Amino acid sequence: MTSIVESQVPALHVSGLGFHAGGVQILADVDIDVPRGAFVGIIGPNGAGKTTFLNLLSGLLIPSAGAIELEGRNLAGTAPSQRSQFGLGRTFQTSSIFGALSVFENARLSAQARFGGSAKFWRRPRPLDEASVAARDALTMVGLAEMAERPSGALSHGDKRKLELAILVAAEAKILLLDEPMAGVNSEDVPMLTELIGRLHGEGRTVLMVEHHMAVVVGLADTITVFDSGRLLAMGDPQTVIANVDVQRAYLGQPL
Amino acid sequence: MSVFLTLAFSGVALGSIYFLAASGLSLIYGLMDILNFAHGLFMTIGAYVAWDVATHLPASWGAPVLFIIAMVASVLGGSLAAGLTEVFIIRPLYGRPISQILVTIGLDLAVVGLLLGGFGSNSLSIPVPLWLIEASHLGHVSLPNSDFVALIAGLVVLVVLEWFLRRSRYGIIIRAGVENRDMVSALGINVGRAFTLVFVIGGAMAGLAGLLYAVVFSGDLIAPTQGDSLLIFAFIVVVIGGLGSIRGSAVAALIVGLVQDYTNYYLGSHSGMAEIGNLSVVLLLAIVLEWRPRGLFQGTL
Repeated sequence: MTSIVESQVPALHVSGLGFHAGGVQILADVDIDVPRGAFVGIIGPNGAGKTTFLNLLSGLLIPSAGAIELEGRNLAGTAPSQRSQFGLGRTFQTSSIFGALSVFENARLSAQARFGGSAKFWRRPRPLDEASVAARDALTMVGLAEMAERPSGALSHGDKRKLELAILVAAEAKILLLDEPMAGVNSEDVPMLTELIGRLHGEGRTVLMVEHHMAVVVGLADTITVFDSGRLLAMGDPQTVIANVDVQRAYLGQPL
Repeated sequence: MSVFLTLAFSGVALGSIYFLAASGLSLIYGLMDILNFAHGLFMTIGAYVAWDVATHLPASWGAPVLFIIAMVASVLGGSLAAGLTEVFIIRPLYGRPISQILVTIGLDLAVVGLLLGGFGSNSLSIPVPLWLIEASHLGHVSLPNSDFVALIAGLVVLVVLEWFLRRSRYGIIIRAGVENRDMVSALGINVGRAFTLVFVIGGAMAGLAGLLYAVVFSGDLIAPTQGDSLLIFAFIVVVIGGLGSIRGSAVAALIVGLVQDYTNYYLGSHSGMAEIGNLSVVLLLAIVLEWRPRGLFQGTL
């Protein structure tokens, strides 16, 4: 009985979420329930409030109205670092890796957060401790194991995107917030990254992905939400949403 | 030629001490964006703690043992002063850079004032082994033994610091934090602990620098304002090397030490201007800033 009740608690429950800055309403009245294991594609024209929505979820912005619950836990007043410890992982439109660190060190840093900082700061990260194992597993998962010792700043754009996903895996993020993962990626790398994101979702992670690349969104998402002018315009399964007249109007002039 | 080599050696020794003083400053700035004007104070405190310990232990232990204890005491004194400063004075002011600069200046003035009140403005003499005052001879070249101590201390600290930053778990956090502090805390890592740690490490190196400067270049004498005059050169080294860069600090410290030493001897002794070495360092700073406004190695730890 309890397991049924638990499974009904959504991964994310967003109610009445709003954000304004400098007197301008950027986001208003957003209500979304994201079930565990769902893949939500977020589309909409530029300036629709998609990235603002992710920033509110990850705690980089404080909402002006409404509430966010992560697996039943109210996130009001929690810092981004706490939210990542609760299992919320976030990537950015621009790359969010540490270019001066090696590929392995990037993944290891993320895993270190999960295993807690040992007070023995001088201790060398041994190749077999939990954080190193988690880091190596994450790199293997995304196919970067052989590049572990390279400086991450020298990676190709597609490989940097893979590393960002490995960082989320190493942190054991259960809910992934991906902000335009295909931005700036070579078109030949898109299928490989699409497959990888699909695999991460297939392992049981919940994904919210902002993306302009419609083929990617339709291929991966089981639910699509459309933002327009700071409001949630439509939400539903991909085919229904794309057929929606309002959606086509919001996207007028943009290929769907 | 032998004078030239002797000068090269003492220039490198001076550079080693500048490196000890500057690398902590650079690390603190790189990670926390704080210009720590109390760093000179950590040098002075290191020297005074070393003096206090060395003069209160029984002389029968022998000068070499006392000097080694004094070096350890300077490291502990500097790191303790720095750790307390970070926890009780800097931490309440996170995110307020102007207040942090003002409070570190104020702390420096206040404690230097207390030292002047407590110990007087006369220099105090640190007991050192006789060997340290003598010189070794390599052919015709005379090399002061104290220069060896400074050089070895600088090298050991450089190697240990590099190892720590490249290999330890906090080293990864510090290097990542220098690149983007906010992103490290977004990963769920407590950056505050790394802040305290870089202060403690910086203070340890500063304390040792304070003692060694007195022993190598100041005739074993310490004074309350010595750290502050050393701090000016440490800042110049940090700016030339590139704020936040340890390797930059090491290279810049050597350049500044050598330039200062050579100009002091070759120009100072002929022109009668004793402080011409200081002037040359400031000119060097101006030239480097004109050529590379962000320093020689900015952005690479």
